[in-house]
Amino acid sequence: MSALADGLVQLRRYPSAVAGIAIIAALLAVAAWAVIAIPYGSALELWRGGAQWQQHPVNARPAWVNWFRASSLPATQRVASDPATVEVEEYPGARRLVIPIELDYDHREFPSELNVFVDAAYLELEPFLRMTWHTPDGRAIPLGGRRVSRDERISISQDLALERRLGALPHVALFADPAVEGRPRALPGRYRLEIEAVVFEPESTLGATLVSYGRVHGLAGTDHQRRDLLVALLWGTPVALAFGLIAAVGTTLTTLFIAAAGVWFGGWLDAFIQRITEVNMILPVLPILVMVGTLYSTSIWLMLGVVVAFGIFSASIKMYRAMLLPIREAPYIEAARAYGVGNTRMILRYMIPRILPVLIPGFVTLIPSFVFLEASLAVLGLGDPELPTWGKVMNDAQSESALYHGYYYWVVGPAVLLMLTGLGFAMLGFALDRIFNPRLRMI
Amino acid sequence: MNVQASVTQAGAREVVLSAEDLHTWFELKRWGMLRIGHVRAVDGVDFALERGETVAFVGESGCGKSSLARTLLGLHKPTRGRVIFEGQDLGALDAAGWRAHRARVGYVQQDPYGALAPFMDVRRILAEPLIVNGVNDAAERDRRIRAALEEVRLLPVEEFLGKFPHMLSGGQQQRVVIARALILAPTLVIADEPVSMLDASVRVEILRLLRDLQRARNLTLAFITHDLSTVRYFAERIFVMYAGRIIEQASVDALLDTPLHPYTRALLAAIPDPDPDNATHYKEIPGGEPPSLLSPPPGCRFHPRCPVAIAGRCEREDPPETTLADGHRVACWLHVGGEGA
Ligand SMILES: Nc1ncnc2c1ncn2[C@@H]1O[C@H](COP(=O)(O)OP(=O)(O)OP(=O)(O)O)[C@@H](O)[C@H]1O
Ligand SMILES: [Mg+2]
Repeated sequence: MSALADGLVQLRRYPSAVAGIAIIAALLAVAAWAVIAIPYGSALELWRGGAQWQQHPVNARPAWVNWFRASSLPATQRVASDPATVEVEEYPGARRLVIPIELDYDHREFPSELNVFVDAAYLELEPFLRMTWHTPDGRAIPLGGRRVSRDERISISQDLALERRLGALPHVALFADPAVEGRPRALPGRYRLEIEAVVFEPESTLGATLVSYGRVHGLAGTDHQRRDLLVALLWGTPVALAFGLIAAVGTTLTTLFIAAAGVWFGGWLDAFIQRITEVNMILPVLPILVMVGTLYSTSIWLMLGVVVAFGIFSASIKMYRAMLLPIREAPYIEAARAYGVGNTRMILRYMIPRILPVLIPGFVTLIPSFVFLEASLAVLGLGDPELPTWGKVMNDAQSESALYHGYYYWVVGPAVLLMLTGLGFAMLGFALDRIFNPRLRMI
Repeated sequence: MNVQASVTQAGAREVVLSAEDLHTWFELKRWGMLRIGHVRAVDGVDFALERGETVAFVGESGCGKSSLARTLLGLHKPTRGRVIFEGQDLGALDAAGWRAHRARVGYVQQDPYGALAPFMDVRRILAEPLIVNGVNDAAERDRRIRAALEEVRLLPVEEFLGKFPHMLSGGQQQRVVIARALILAPTLVIADEPVSMLDASVRVEILRLLRDLQRARNLTLAFITHDLSTVRYFAERIFVMYAGRIIEQASVDALLDTPLHPYTRALLAAIPDPDPDNATHYKEIPGGEPPSLLSPPPGCRFHPRCPVAIAGRCEREDPPETTLADGHRVACWLHVGGEGA
C-alpha cells in the first residue's frame, strides 16, 4: 500500500485538504462528544419530548442572536422559593404560608411565557393559594387564587380571565413599563411574586418555582415542542456520519467485489451483472424509498439497507469493470495463477487492491452525498421516527412554517452542518483526486 | 558448451516434461458469440525436456512461443494433445494435483515491472506463493524469502524486503521475479523472454544469474527468446518455432553451425555476425509476412516466404519431421530422406 501512504503524506501540501480534514475532524469530535455526553437512550428519550421540556421556552432563538441586537432578549429564568424566607402562621386546623419569590429582570424585552410550578405535599386536603405580583415600581397585581394538587403548573400566561382583566397577554402586562407610550417595553428591576398558601394538614408543605420563559435558549434555540435543538444538532452528527460512512463503505466495497468477480469469472456471470446494473440504473431510487417509507417503516436502518441495496448495482460497477478489465490481463495476475492463487484470493488480494487508491477520492465525496440523501428523506417526512437528525429538524421547521414565522435559526443550524459536512469531505476528496489521479494535476 | 551438449546427446537423462501432439487454439468470436475461427497459436508440437537441460525456444513474434509456455504452465487448456510432467498427464490432474504441479514449475515473465503487483512489497511478493502453497509458518516463510533473495543476489536482503517494485531497477525487479519463480523449489522453470525488456547492460547479468541458478539446482530451463545471439552461451538445445510448430530442433552447436531449415537460416541471418563469411552466406533470405494463424497456408507453412521452395510439393503437402544424426530434427521437404541442405 505504498501508493496509499505516499498519497496521504502528500495531502499536507494541499491547503484545501488540510481545511477539509479539519472540518471532518471537528465533526467527528462533535459526534464523539454527542455520543459520550448524551447516551443513545437518553437522546431518544429527550427527543421524544413531553413534560421534561416544560420549563423550556417554545421556539426560542439561539442565545447568540443577542450579539446582533440593540436590546437583548431574555433567557429563561427560574427562581425557586426559599423555605428560609417562608412566613408561617398557625391557625386551628390550618397553616398560612407566605412564600415570596423574587425575580431580577433586566431586559427591555418581554419574556415569552410566565409559569409557576407548585410542588405541594399533602395527604388528602389540597392546599389553597393566592398569588400577588409586585412590580419594581411598587404596584401590586392580584393574580387570583385556586386549589393546587401535588405537581401543578399554574400557567399565568394562559390565564384567560387574567388576560381579560389586564387587557394584554399576562406576561406582557405584568412586566410592562407604565411610563412607556406606544409599543410596550418591559420594566427592568426586581419583581416579587407573593404566594399566600393555606395548608390544611400538619405535615403539609408547599414549594414553588417561578419560571420566566426566555426568548433565547442555548446555542441552537428550541422548537415548537420546547425541545432544545442542540440535542438534534449534536446527535444528528454521529447519525449523519454513520449513515454516510456505512452507506459509502457498503456500496463501494460490495460494488467493487461484484465488479471484480464479474471481471474475473467473465462469461455469463459478467453478463448477468451487467444486465442487472442496467436495469437498476433506470430504477428511480427516491420514489422507491418514499414507497418503502410510506408502506413499511421509516427506520433509518431500513432506509440505509435500501439505499445500500440500490447503490450496489450502480453505474460505478461499469466504471470499476472498465478499470479492472485490463488488470485481469496483467502479467502479475498471470504469474499469480501460475503459482496457484485461487479465485477468491485473486479477486480480494490481487485485483481490488490495484484500483483501490484510485477509488478513494470518489469514496470520500460519496459520503456526504449519502448524508444529504438521508436529510432529504427526513425533509420529505421519511426521517427516522425516533432518532434526532438534522433532516428531522428541517422537516419540523418546514411543517411549522419556520421561515414564515421568522425562525430562520431552525433551518440554519442543520443546513450549516450539512453544508460543512459536504464541504469538508469535498475539499478532502478533490485534493485526494489530484493526488491519486495525477493527470488532473495539469489542469 | 560442447561438453554439455554432448551429455545431452548421450540421451542418458530422465525426461522431465514432454509434449505430445500439443495444440492450443483460441476461439475467435465476433459480437461475443459468433465463432469465426481459431487462432492456432500452438498447432501440433512434440518435444521432450530432460532434467537439468536448458532449451531455447526461438521464433519470430506471434509464432506461439508464449502460448506454448502458458499451456505448459497450465494457464491454457490444450485444445488437443497432452503435456506429461514428471510422468503425470496434466490433463488428468485434479485440483490438488494442479496445486502440486504449480509448485514444481516456475515462471519468469518478460516484463518484470508488470509481473510484480505494484501494491505489494518484496516480502509480500515472495510470501504469496508460499502462502497459497500451504507454508503456514511465518518464520519458515521468512527464512525462505531471505534465502531466495540471497540466491538472486539482492543484497543486503534487509534493504530489499520492504521495497515496492517501483523503487527497484529493471534488473532488480527481474531478480525478484526469478526469486519468486524459484521460491517453491521447482524442477522446471519457464522463462518467457526474461531479458528482452531489460537494458542491454543488465541482460548478461540476468542471463548469467539464470544459468548459475539452473546449474546450482539442476533445473530444467525452458528459455523463450527471439534473440539468437544470446542463445549460444546459454542453452544446450534450440527449438525453432514457426507459425505454431517446431520446425527444427537440435543442439546449439549443430543448429547454429549447420542450420537446415530455410527459416532457421533466415533467423540466423538476422543476427549481426562479425564473421564476414557468414554475413554473405545467407544472402538469399526472404522478407514477407509471418503467416496468419487463423488460416495457415496449406502445405509447408513457410513456403510463401521460402526462397528454395520446391514447386508442386511444398505448397501442397505438410513436410514430415525428419531425424538426422545427433538428434537434429527438421520438418522440411529439402531434408526428407536424410538429404543435406
Ligand atoms: N488468450 C488469447 N486469446 C486469443 N488469441 C491469443 C491469446 N494469446 C495469444 N493469442 C494469439 O496467439 C498468437 C501467438 O501469440 P503468442 O503470444 O504465443 O506469440 P509469441 O511467439 O509469444 O510472440 P512474441 O514473441 O511477440 O511474444 C498471436 O496471434 C496472438 O494474438
Ligand atoms: Mg511472447
